Amino acid sequence: MSGLVPPSAASAPSPAAVPSAALSLRGLVKAFGGKPAVSGISLDVPVGSLYGLVGPNGAGKTTTLSIATGLLRPDAGTAHVFGVDVWGDPLAAKRLMGVLPDGVRLFDRLTGAQLITYAALLHGLDRRTAVERTHELLEAFGLADAAATLVVDYSAGMAKKAALAASLVHAPRLLVLDEPFESVDPVSAANIRGILADFVAGGGSVIVSSHVMDLVQRMCDHVAVVAAGCILAAGTVDEVRAGSTLEERFVELVGGPGRTEGLTWLRT
Amino acid sequence: MVAHLISLKLLLLANGLRRNVWQAVGLGIATLYGFGLVTACAVGLAALRFADAATAETALVLGGSALVAVWALAPIAVAGVDLTLDPARFAPYPIPRGQLLAGHALAALIGVPGLCTALVLAATTLTWTRGLAPFAASVAGAALALGLCVVVSRLVASLASELAASRRFRDGSSLVLLVPLVLLAPLVSLALPALSDVAALGGAAEVLVWTPLGAAFSAPADAAQGLGATAAAKLAIAAASLALAAWAWSGTLGRALVRPSSGGRARAARGGRDGLGLFALVPATAAGAVAARSLVYWVRDPRYGGGLIVVPLLPVVLYAASLGQDGGGGPLAGPFALSGPLVAFVLAWSISADVSYDSTAFAGHLAAGVRGRDDRWGRALALLAFGLPVTLVVTAVPFAVAGEWATFPAVLGLAVGVLLSGTGLSSVVSARYAVAVPLPGESPFKKPAGNMGLTMAVQCGGMVLLCVLAAPEVALTVLALATGEPAYGWASLAVGTVLGAALLAGGAALGGRVLDARGPELYASLVRVA
Repeated sequence: MSGLVPPSAASAPSPAAVPSAALSLRGLVKAFGGKPAVSGISLDVPVGSLYGLVGPNGAGKTTTLSIATGLLRPDAGTAHVFGVDVWGDPLAAKRLMGVLPDGVRLFDRLTGAQLITYAALLHGLDRRTAVERTHELLEAFGLADAAATLVVDYSAGMAKKAALAASLVHAPRLLVLDEPFESVDPVSAANIRGILADFVAGGGSVIVSSHVMDLVQRMCDHVAVVAAGCILAAGTVDEVRAGSTLEERFVELVGGPGRTEGLTWLRT
Repeated sequence: MVAHLISLKLLLLANGLRRNVWQAVGLGIATLYGFGLVTACAVGLAALRFADAATAETALVLGGSALVAVWALAPIAVAGVDLTLDPARFAPYPIPRGQLLAGHALAALIGVPGLCTALVLAATTLTWTRGLAPFAASVAGAALALGLCVVVSRLVASLASELAASRRFRDGSSLVLLVPLVLLAPLVSLALPALSDVAALGGAAEVLVWTPLGAAFSAPADAAQGLGATAAAKLAIAAASLALAAWAWSGTLGRALVRPSSGGRARAARGGRDGLGLFALVPATAAGAVAARSLVYWVRDPRYGGGLIVVPLLPVVLYAASLGQDGGGGPLAGPFALSGPLVAFVLAWSISADVSYDSTAFAGHLAAGVRGRDDRWGRALALLAFGLPVTLVVTAVPFAVAGEWATFPAVLGLAVGVLLSGTGLSSVVSARYAVAVPLPGESPFKKPAGNMGLTMAVQCGGMVLLCVLAAPEVALTVLALATGEPAYGWASLAVGTVLGAALLAGGAALGGRVLDARGPELYASLVRVA
């Protein structure tokens, strides 16, 4: 398999952005105070795929997704969503995307219903559609009982689901989800996975970042491994894992101490 | 452990300076100012060395009591409690309470106010270099006073933030608890005329010497006059108050350690069955949605509500100040008549940090591709929805009290002009600068993290600019008040409305363009603070 020579030849991105791709990143570079966070990331999310972005902490996943969604201006490189330049025509690109950023506050003094309606109105939906979709989303995410509760009083998992619902309300064609499963209990995670699978089956495209290899292997059809701001491998999940499990392949690619030596004083 | 806490505080200070040039500038200015003040005080205290003991005592007791009182009230009055070393952050570590207390007390002295206070108190011993007993008493008194300043201020700070962090307090209505504190100012203002003659000052000092505020400063004078027992009694009063305050502070610290962050039970908002509330009423546009969201925050977020409690109190305070003046020109002669424009100013400026208050939740606007002008108009209209009627009422109050309305149009024009042009200015400022504010969910009393230097520069610059923008109304109002010519008053009202509206529209347009161009950069600076 080609997965041994990363990035795999099968999915090595062409030099120019692919207009048919749901998301097409080319040569993204971003440094914070001289420290590079992302150094030359290129990847293509095919339409209708569920694309996983995996990597250790600080690999540049959040930076990459922030640039792709128009939240963070890159030092160099381009991002296209269905052929629309995110940094050339941000308003048009943002209409096509639903975004769930990681580690970001919500307007949590709103109720769950208000939060989703707010997102709908910001996207320019009319009131009837906004209210209808709000109720359907609350129902689908199991938040109907908490519709009139302030989001600040939600548990971490509920808040994540409310934020995800808010990112879906304008019927985007591409979902960009940064760590959607963080601090989500297994039942809610299954709930979210089901909704994402429906979304993809209906023609939508998704890119998710995650630490949980198992989940990515089971859920995604494509995956890219990121470390230190570079793509180490990218392609379909089967190409990248090349026979072993994704987790083993990930540790092998990223490297690092597999077994812990020392800390002898911890052995009581 | 004590040494650890002090080095931690120094490290935090140094790292803060390394991160931000503005903070270093702010610290530099404060240091220069502080040491100027210390030098002046030290010269004065040295000069008192040659005064007779009674005079020196009166001066020291009054000054010293004021110093302790300022330390006690500063956490509330300045509305910024320095929680760099938030006790709650030490909850996971097994640190004995006593050491934590001592460490926090000493760490509180690090910084310009603490250092200056320590130096000035040290200088009080200069006054009493007239014998061994007075000098010894002054050293003990200065040490006790320093301890009292720090411990009382920490006690008040932790009580205030405990109060502010509780759920009950977060419900806007409970902000009423602050009213008595704000009303301290008019009480002082009413008392000031009585304090302006020397006899009354002496009388005040005679009382203060037996209170925790002044006892420590009076003991050396008694020692100088050979009254050893009296001196010892006063030092004992000071020591006992210090012990009592430390005990109470230790109690609040203990509570903060076992209940690090205030959790609250979930509650349903008054939003009707579907929980939509205001969102069902506003126009279904991006600007309408932003306005509804802002109005919800004005009610539910204490950081907004906290700013509003000044509004009803300002006329009361100014009325008291007018009463305090001699001359008897009636209620309209003093600053009371200008309640309306001042309230308008407070309201307009209150949204100058609106995006900073959003913190990273602003990502929602940015990711949804909200147009800058929709964002700006939404926030401005939310403010004006209640700001205009409130300004109108507050402007009318002094004239209703006085029962004469001749100059009302002039002052109303000024108030409306300040409100509208100030809102326009705030719309630009909050789109351009991310300033240091308490984060969402934090106590409105928490001293914000981030670049205080830039925050102060933005505040001062903005206020100067607003004075320039409102200059035509100011000039017409002054003319109307000076000449009594009604035409000037009506001109002020017309100019205030028309020019104000134009400046508001201009501000929203300019702020919107700034937001469209620099949205990601603004968001990046919000992420840095959060």
